[in-house]
Amino acid sequence: MASVTYQNAERLYPGSTKPAVDNLNLEIQDGEFMVLVGPSGCGKSTSLRMLAGLEEVTNGKILIGDRDITHLPPKDRDIAMVFQNYALYPHMTVADNMAFSLKMAKVGKEERMQRVAEAAKLLDLEDYLERKPKALSGGQRQRVAMGRAIVRHPQVFCMDEPLSNLDAKLRVSTRTQIAALQQRLGITTVYVTHDQVEAMTMGDRVAVMKDGILQQVDTPLNLYDRPANLFVAGFIGSPAMNLVQAKAGEGAARIGEYEVPVDRTASSKMRGAITVGVRPEAWRITTKEEGGMPVKVTVVEELGADAYVYGTSGVEGTPSDIVVRIDARKNLHKGEMIYVTTDPNHVHVFDTESGERLSE
Amino acid sequence: MKQVSTKSEDSASVAEPPPPPAPRRGGRTYEEIEAVNSKQRKVKLAVGTVGLVVSLYVVVTVFQALALFADDIPRLLQGVIAVIAGVGGAALLFYFINMVVEGFPRRFSEGVIPYAFLLPAMLLIGVMLIYPTVQTINFSFADADSEVYVGLQNYIDVFQDPDFQESIFNNILWLIIVPAVTVVIGVVVAVLADNLSTNGEKISKSFIFVPMAISFVGAAAIWSLIYQYDPPGDTQTGLLNAIWVGLGNLVGASVEPVAWLSVSTFSLNDILLMVIVIWLQAGFSMILLSSAIKGVPEETIEAARIDGANEFQIFRQVVIPQIRGTMITVFITVLIMVLKIFDIVYVTTNGRDGTNVIANLFFQEIFRTGDNGIASAIVVILLIAVMPVLIYQVRHFRREETER
Repeated sequence: MASVTYQNAERLYPGSTKPAVDNLNLEIQDGEFMVLVGPSGCGKSTSLRMLAGLEEVTNGKILIGDRDITHLPPKDRDIAMVFQNYALYPHMTVADNMAFSLKMAKVGKEERMQRVAEAAKLLDLEDYLERKPKALSGGQRQRVAMGRAIVRHPQVFCMDEPLSNLDAKLRVSTRTQIAALQQRLGITTVYVTHDQVEAMTMGDRVAVMKDGILQQVDTPLNLYDRPANLFVAGFIGSPAMNLVQAKAGEGAARIGEYEVPVDRTASSKMRGAITVGVRPEAWRITTKEEGGMPVKVTVVEELGADAYVYGTSGVEGTPSDIVVRIDARKNLHKGEMIYVTTDPNHVHVFDTESGERLSE
Repeated sequence: MKQVSTKSEDSASVAEPPPPPAPRRGGRTYEEIEAVNSKQRKVKLAVGTVGLVVSLYVVVTVFQALALFADDIPRLLQGVIAVIAGVGGAALLFYFINMVVEGFPRRFSEGVIPYAFLLPAMLLIGVMLIYPTVQTINFSFADADSEVYVGLQNYIDVFQDPDFQESIFNNILWLIIVPAVTVVIGVVVAVLADNLSTNGEKISKSFIFVPMAISFVGAAAIWSLIYQYDPPGDTQTGLLNAIWVGLGNLVGASVEPVAWLSVSTFSLNDILLMVIVIWLQAGFSMILLSSAIKGVPEETIEAARIDGANEFQIFRQVVIPQIRGTMITVFITVLIMVLKIFDIVYVTTNGRDGTNVIANLFFQEIFRTGDNGIASAIVVILLIAVMPVLIYQVRHFRREETER
């Protein structure tokens, strides 16, 4: 068991001026499930591969526990990795695939068999041990890849989008299985995904990356409630947060002629052009008389339990798309006008230029 | 297929309804073939038969004319005429065969068409391959002039002949060394080239592949010059002797030039001849194996690296098993070629100094000694020796196909 620490870690590809991973500082605690998330090309996979030893670290350090592993070959790092395409050895049986690392570590045959049997039992693979990967379904292959990592009893699991080759339904069920398995084994895990739902549901903490730079690390709820900047605000949450251009006013953000109340910290810090963020569920439907912002309904998505209204704010000069979550069966129709408002403590204020969070 | 058959029954019972506008897919579809009514069919049968006979006659006549007036027609023109008559004739032939078959009653013609198209090739294989094979086996039981049957006498003579024993021994030596070395060199070069820069890889691969373009006779001639012997004191024009003598002088020993292809100690001359074939075939081996190595998923190698394998273990236990099929393919292809090895030996030593091989021995028996019986027996033995390898190869290819 061990923690993982990135210290100013950098990966600069030869011939490129901008690092793929730029000055990454990240501490992952012992037994923690850390998810690296971001759009493609954000450096999340590269960060993971740096930890695995498949990618050179051009600057800074990576520690596992107290061991500096920055320049150790992968085999000396005591890690296991699950690849996106599983990377099973096509010429070996499931059992041989799982036992390969043990064989390389010169573990005796008996113990090898025993550990493979254990992992197979855990992953419900006992009936497939003698099969070749070709004769397995996608989900089974995925489990073999997991099994290959588990048998090693490594200090750290590295998982590189292990669910992205599964169909949607299987992905959801496997998601919970992996999370449960990780909790049971208590092995520090670094998990890479581009899917923010996966990140939110699986991670103890989530690290959001963009353009090789770490944007924010926090628990899923904190990320949701207090995004550190515009990017995180827009990336986390589905449907995404409403982000509306506004101007700083006295204790309120001005969207055209409408005023959105903001909290005290924000009102003291905001200057000039700001961006106001409101989660779809933070809107309240109100009336014109109470000073609500008008939204013209374009689409209503009924989900049964609740519904999402997609519309445009009819505010002069700033035609923004607005998403509002409402109770189901409100009988709203396309073209209707609704008026929405919100509370100061639900309003996220960002500096438009720097993207930094200004509210509390 | 089912649809087609029911359709044909329908239309047969309703006395040829007008053809539905069948979708055109480039060629003639079954629907179109079916749409041909009986009158059209008779016309097709007649025109097809006449066309077949006429085009066959024309093609044969053209080639006969070429043979007759070979001296009067310029070479280039002969070539052009031959190509036009050959290719055009084949096209016409197939066109008319198709027409004739379409002229048959429908249900009959559907089954016949594939065979009709295979027929010319089958005929050629029969005349050029199967008939001679049968005849050779037949002659192998007859005397030198193929007049009287002598039973197994030829085989008994052959097996007691020291020349034959030597040739068999040499052939086995070739079989053991050449395919294995060719595959190993192919793998090594492919792996090394794979680690070069893109341009470096291209250039080095080209160099190794170039000998593939040289004929066996040409290669044998080139290497004869490399193995050339000049008397001591003369300038050594043979590369190997030049190096040998030059190096000898360098270390101060007086070294005599060696007539390399006459040194039968440890079958050295045999091995020197094998070098020529390996030089020729390494490119072929490398190209196939290189593409196989590139087909090994990078992720499996990374997985093995994380699983704790060192580079050699990765190569042995992850890469090699994944290119095994290609290695076997290359091995067998070279093996079959080596079984039939002739040109190299014929051009360089002609079997002197214990370098003879079966194919060359056969050549000597039939053209120098003029003994059809013995020569036939020798090639029949060669044929039997190749057979198991061929069968294995066909099976291997089938297995590869199904696994793909």
